[in-house]
Amino acid sequence: MSLITKYVLISIDEDTLIAGARKVETELKRILEELDLSREIMVVETGTMGIMGKGVVILIQPDDVTYVNVTPEDVREIANEHLLKGRPVKRLEFTGKIDQSVISFRETAQELKKQTRVVLGNSGLINPESIDEYIAVNGYEALGKALTEHKPEEIIDIVKKSGLRGRGGAGFPTGLKWSFTAPLKNKPKYLVCNADEGEPGTFKDRLIMEGDPHKLLEGMAIAAYAIGAEKGFIYIRGEYTLSINRTQKAIEDARKYGLLGQDIFGSGFSFDVEIKKGAGAYVCGEETALINSLEGGRGNPRVKPPFPGVQGLWQQPTVVNNVETLSNVPAIILNGADWYKSIGTEKSSGTKVYTILGHVHNPGLIEVEMGTTLRDIIYKYAGGVKGGKFKCALVGGAAGAFLNEEMLDVRMDYDHLGEYKAVLGSGAILVMNEESCIVDMLRNILFFFKHESCGKCSPCRIGTAQLYMLADKIYSGQGTDEDLDQMLTLSEAMSTTALCALGQSPYLVIHTADKFFKDEIEEHIRRKVCMKDICRMNGAEHK
Amino acid sequence: MKRKEILRKYEARPDNLLYILHDIQDASPYNYVTEEDMEEIADFLDLPYSKVYGTATFYSMISQKPRGKHVIRLCDSPPCHLMGSESILDLLRDELGIDVGQTTPDMLFTLEITSCLGVCGVAPAMMIDEEVYGNLNPKKLRKIIKDYREGII
Repeated sequence: MSLITKYVLISIDEDTLIAGARKVETELKRILEELDLSREIMVVETGTMGIMGKGVVILIQPDDVTYVNVTPEDVREIANEHLLKGRPVKRLEFTGKIDQSVISFRETAQELKKQTRVVLGNSGLINPESIDEYIAVNGYEALGKALTEHKPEEIIDIVKKSGLRGRGGAGFPTGLKWSFTAPLKNKPKYLVCNADEGEPGTFKDRLIMEGDPHKLLEGMAIAAYAIGAEKGFIYIRGEYTLSINRTQKAIEDARKYGLLGQDIFGSGFSFDVEIKKGAGAYVCGEETALINSLEGGRGNPRVKPPFPGVQGLWQQPTVVNNVETLSNVPAIILNGADWYKSIGTEKSSGTKVYTILGHVHNPGLIEVEMGTTLRDIIYKYAGGVKGGKFKCALVGGAAGAFLNEEMLDVRMDYDHLGEYKAVLGSGAILVMNEESCIVDMLRNILFFFKHESCGKCSPCRIGTAQLYMLADKIYSGQGTDEDLDQMLTLSEAMSTTALCALGQSPYLVIHTADKFFKDEIEEHIRRKVCMKDICRMNGAEHK
Repeated sequence: MKRKEILRKYEARPDNLLYILHDIQDASPYNYVTEEDMEEIADFLDLPYSKVYGTATFYSMISQKPRGKHVIRLCDSPPCHLMGSESILDLLRDELGIDVGQTTPDMLFTLEITSCLGVCGVAPAMMIDEEVYGNLNPKKLRKIIKDYREGII
């Protein structure tokens, strides 16, 4: 019989590891042993709880108390006061808002059904390294249902009807993408999961893989069944050590349980997954560049058409989907297209995972319905702006756009943002307070593009270098009005001529910086001053 | 010899190129791949040298120059930049006496700038070898460098 009365959930992800989560865990186990509590109180490792920059995070259940910034020295106090005497340690308690998916779990089962718990529902609650725990929360049920009750065409139909759109940035309808590849007779076909998350400010895919890797594998198996692929690859960036290890373990466990491999669920369908490590190139997030990298070469994008769906990896039909996109699939199969469509907005259904950072009180990860406003995300979930008033947010990473105060109430989804020539992109929201300088940020972003341009097409290779040079002139007090005009014209030309999204993207940040902060840029040009005293006006120091 | 042993682990398929480069670099005391390495890989995979060279020079994690025992990769992408990575960079230059892309004379450190590491919740951040350090400030940075110098880490 189980004697367990309390669970201590400790969040183990890259962020908490940096803060020393292992030391806290070891100390916790040692003290529980010492107090003879180790059979009643179970320490469980989980993925992220959505709280960032607050050190080691632990959650005590069923008391529903979250502690942040926990050090090994605090452990004894928590054990003595809370675990032994039932008195929570107030000074360590987290008082901010917690990720909605985690909150939803704490409500009753009935409430849970109404909540937006699609991608991150299990993260921070189950042990990501235990396939049994994933199965206990209906894991792999969707795969079973897909393989035994549906034909591949039906799966594509459900996903089409659900309105799921690619979460990597472009927002292309997922079902439609699959439907191009599914009818092709050319074998083998491949499914590639794009986990080369390089968009600055984005780390949602890392936390999905660290927190719930089986959900991704399940989504991949369903997608592979739909398009008729027997082999899948996950291309993970080389820096994501924990993601790689956890996903690798998940693959091995799934193989042992027969959930990957030959003849899954006796359906005759076979599918296996292999992890491939990236080596540090932003452009490899572009699907054709990623395919070239998988083949072992330079990550240069290819000319489209032919699209990868027809001729991709080793010239075979290949579907490339983002981690978050694939992680949405199991819930859609399990609950149906109508259920998914009921979440979010009319043309952008479902939820969106955002990483929110910069000048906010509670940086972190949230999953909310599509269409949630920027204002709600910043003030309701991230605790508001830190260190001054709101100036703007860079939404969508370097390939995104600046949104200023007047954009706070725009509904965030693919179409509403599109109306303002902005993008949802990867879901990174970098909040800047009024103490920050737009010219400094613009120069930084343009340096990034220059650095990451692969050099294959001239508009991007030459254009990104020129754009950085012009921004650097303004930054160092040598800019002219013509420089700004040239930046606008040049980036616009690049947006229509560059081979891939990398060279097309600078237009958006330059255009929105000019639109919302023209005065500030002109101040740098005409008066040669940076009012925030950030730009180094006497000749810039080149990196 | 090491290089031969590494190559023996792999099937001679072009898609293994990046892994072989990673492995050979990891085995090098100076964290890089030499021309000789690349020639032998080209032979092994039956690829033109230009293809191996092209791939090796494309990825920022692979170096063709000898590097220090520890490679410091400071993130200066927009989120870290906003949270003050520029001043961390100034401090690193001071502390190490080298600029970006250079190696200290004692071959202990190489300083590099990297694109987003994906740990923006703890910006500004850097990686030293495989280890990530976040929420950097001058005091913390000096301590980290000191610990590496004294061999504590």
